[in-house]
Amino acid sequence: MKIKLKIWRQKNAKTKGIFVNYSLDDVSPEMSFLEMLDALNTKLIEEGGDPVAFDHDCREGICGCCSLYINGHPHGPGEKTTTCELHIRSFKDGETIVIEPWRAKSFPVIKDLIVDRNAFDKIIAAGGFISVGTGSASEANSILAKKEHADEAFDSASCIGCGACVAACKNASAMLFVSAKISQLALLPQGKVEAMERVEAMVAKMDELGFGNCTNTYACEAECPKGIKITNIARMNRHFIGAKIGSQIKQ
Amino acid sequence: MAKLNAKIPEGPLPEKWSRYKSSMKLVNPANKKKLDIILVGTGLAGASAASSLGDLGYNVKVFCFQDTPRRAHSVAAQGGINAAKNYKNDGDSVYRLFYDMIKGGDYRAREANVYRAAEVSNATIDQLTAQGVPFAREYGGTLDNRSFGGVQVSRTFYAKGQTGQQCLLGAYSGLSRQVKEGTVKMFSRCEMLDLVIVDGKARGIITRNLVTGEIERHSGHAVVLATGGYGTIYYLSTLAVNSNASAAWAAYKKGAFWGNPSFVQIHPSSIPVLNDYQSKLTLMSESLRNDGRVWVPKKKGDKRPANDIPEEERDYYLERRYPAFGNLVPRDVGSRAAKERCDAGYGVGDTGLSVYLDFKDAINKQGKKAIENKYGNLFEMYEKITGINPYEEPMRIYPAGHYTMGGLWVDYELMTTIPGLFAIGESNFSDHGANRLGASSLMQCAGDGNFIIPNTIGNYLADEIKTPKIPTDTPEFDEAEKAVKLKIEKLLSVNGKQTVTSFHKRLGKILWDYSGMTRNEEGLKKGLVLIDELEKEFWKDVKVPGTADELNQELEKAGRVADFFELAKLMITDGLIRRESCGAHFREESQTETGEAKRDDENFSYVSVWEYKGKDKPPELHKEELNYEYVEVKVRDYK
Repeated sequence: MKIKLKIWRQKNAKTKGIFVNYSLDDVSPEMSFLEMLDALNTKLIEEGGDPVAFDHDCREGICGCCSLYINGHPHGPGEKTTTCELHIRSFKDGETIVIEPWRAKSFPVIKDLIVDRNAFDKIIAAGGFISVGTGSASEANSILAKKEHADEAFDSASCIGCGACVAACKNASAMLFVSAKISQLALLPQGKVEAMERVEAMVAKMDELGFGNCTNTYACEAECPKGIKITNIARMNRHFIGAKIGSQIKQ
Repeated sequence: MAKLNAKIPEGPLPEKWSRYKSSMKLVNPANKKKLDIILVGTGLAGASAASSLGDLGYNVKVFCFQDTPRRAHSVAAQGGINAAKNYKNDGDSVYRLFYDMIKGGDYRAREANVYRAAEVSNATIDQLTAQGVPFAREYGGTLDNRSFGGVQVSRTFYAKGQTGQQCLLGAYSGLSRQVKEGTVKMFSRCEMLDLVIVDGKARGIITRNLVTGEIERHSGHAVVLATGGYGTIYYLSTLAVNSNASAAWAAYKKGAFWGNPSFVQIHPSSIPVLNDYQSKLTLMSESLRNDGRVWVPKKKGDKRPANDIPEEERDYYLERRYPAFGNLVPRDVGSRAAKERCDAGYGVGDTGLSVYLDFKDAINKQGKKAIENKYGNLFEMYEKITGINPYEEPMRIYPAGHYTMGGLWVDYELMTTIPGLFAIGESNFSDHGANRLGASSLMQCAGDGNFIIPNTIGNYLADEIKTPKIPTDTPEFDEAEKAVKLKIEKLLSVNGKQTVTSFHKRLGKILWDYSGMTRNEEGLKKGLVLIDELEKEFWKDVKVPGTADELNQELEKAGRVADFFELAKLMITDGLIRRESCGAHFREESQTETGEAKRDDENFSYVSVWEYKGKDKPPELHKEELNYEYVEVKVRDYK
């Protein structure tokens, strides 16, 4: 297969970036998207050029490292698919593929397609945890959790922190990410104790870091590679209002 | 010759750890604040340690090369985490977990460490649950368990096929809490390139800021490595592609001994190699073998689609060869059995290098929904990669490089041969002998980080409370930084024609062929020569573009591959001297009539521990003799 590529190149955070065109003449439909970029980089290096920098690690859709805004979609065209799980068979022969970094004020570009997602760590550090010291945990089965709540907590917890929700949102809102963590912990009995303080602290940090607000376009849910549901945002909003007026947390 | 002292506490096995804890030295809270700890790596071991050491009040500087600690490759562990809770009332106990690990490791692990790993496993599950890890539950609200390879009880806790992700995120949340408390300072996109030793003690590290390229110095009263395994040395492996051995290798070259380098686990169920461009292999969790049945056609070279092959023409070779454990034999046994069938011409797929993992019977019996609940994400993952729906057609799997039992040699305190340098999790050699059982890696990592290192490091640091902050403007730091810069300059100045990755691929192929699932004297010797030649070629013809003072991913890779050449030679050297088969280390010269591994306890019941003696000098072998007081050393039999 032949493909054309239009890739965002930017030397570092201080310089301006531009799109650069490349073409590859012999890609295989079986290649993963990142293996296609590997092939491009091999070609660039062998020609004495500068390879394209992009984040990647596990290459099996779980670490959340890979990003890439491909043809107008975070993680490209596939549903519930990370960039590393995407394969060239999803594209047509001769197609032009446009590759950009995540675009959000809170995710500044570091180089080419790599952005700084450190803001997510800051939000988690603001309260995305249960305050339990090592050694002070009680016997695991002394905390009973309804299976349906545990399963729902798991669904929220399967967020990989890639930032696609922010990239997809016209407001660059981080609410899907933040609400997934808030939901996971609030749904479990062991996390309920601090639920109010948590939602207040995390939302405040999210706002402070410059992420936008939610205007219910559902773009984040549509683009999330892990299928995190927008109902998490509804729950977070409920809890946030509850925390502000001092009512009890319910599921 | 330096002496190896494992520092195993006196007393009966079940009492050693409590005796150690009651007699170890302590550091009072006020003094902890004055002590700096450097911690490298943020997988389950590192993140747990960061959380626990911060919680105790130490100043912890934590480093990872990824953009955030939550990416570390523990995230990809799928099937589960073991503990001896005996929630299933099926006869489990700390002793039985210990015994299974000793036997699973083919009697090549240290009893005292393994017993302790089993002993702290229950507290680990309590801790992770309290941190909010959403483990699978029963309808009554209690935690669920499943069974795993190499054992006959159900002791594995799980969160669908994403147990590692959930455990890691739990530990990461604990780490994040300490960031908020101010006890942990996080350095992301920062790679350790050398260890600094002052007056014989580990006192700091040299790092490269991967964004700016800046070389930085960091000091501490102790250094903890939680840098994972070296499975990526095979190029194609189940590991994250950036996983590497460089931090641990730097420690080795500074005097930390390396234990059992040749012990590498080849996992039996990975999605097979599909094409030449492939950059990694994706694991299909061992937990799938709870319900999946492994088979190949009875007829050689049978090219019919799997579903067209009738039941009586299928060879369920694991059930046939190992009736007692069936599809749940340990990984090394499962891998070799697959290789044996494929080598004999019964393999399936275009290359003939794969076997079927079939869920037909389980789906018929339990329903599709039940299977989806247990393994849904794995089935999705399989379909995304291969384009084949495993609910309808059996999966195709083949063994792949996975986990390294070998690693930095540590004593009972998890301290290396360099005072003040500790190694935890997969980076050490400690608990899994010659073969690791499934779901015991997460268990070890969380146990090391939460419950072992916080105690043992205190015993060391108690003697350091009078040591002021370690200055970094000393000759030792100067020298280490100079060496790091020199290596970077050297890599950039070769300016040859071939990419780093092309060398890595070739190195991986040599290791896979000559030091993979089976090994023999001739092959190992040949491999050694080939690697030596390839390494020379690398330093003459590698092309590393860009400069040192920018984000340069090729430069990062080049440094790691350069270290892999050296480690690969140590792996082979170790494989050569161990003229026996044990666990994952299968020497063709040492097998039973039925093709099973044949141990030689008389001559090889030891940990082979290697000391670096300088460039171009052979490493020196030390032996830690293994004495089994509490288990009877037997032939490992899963029949």
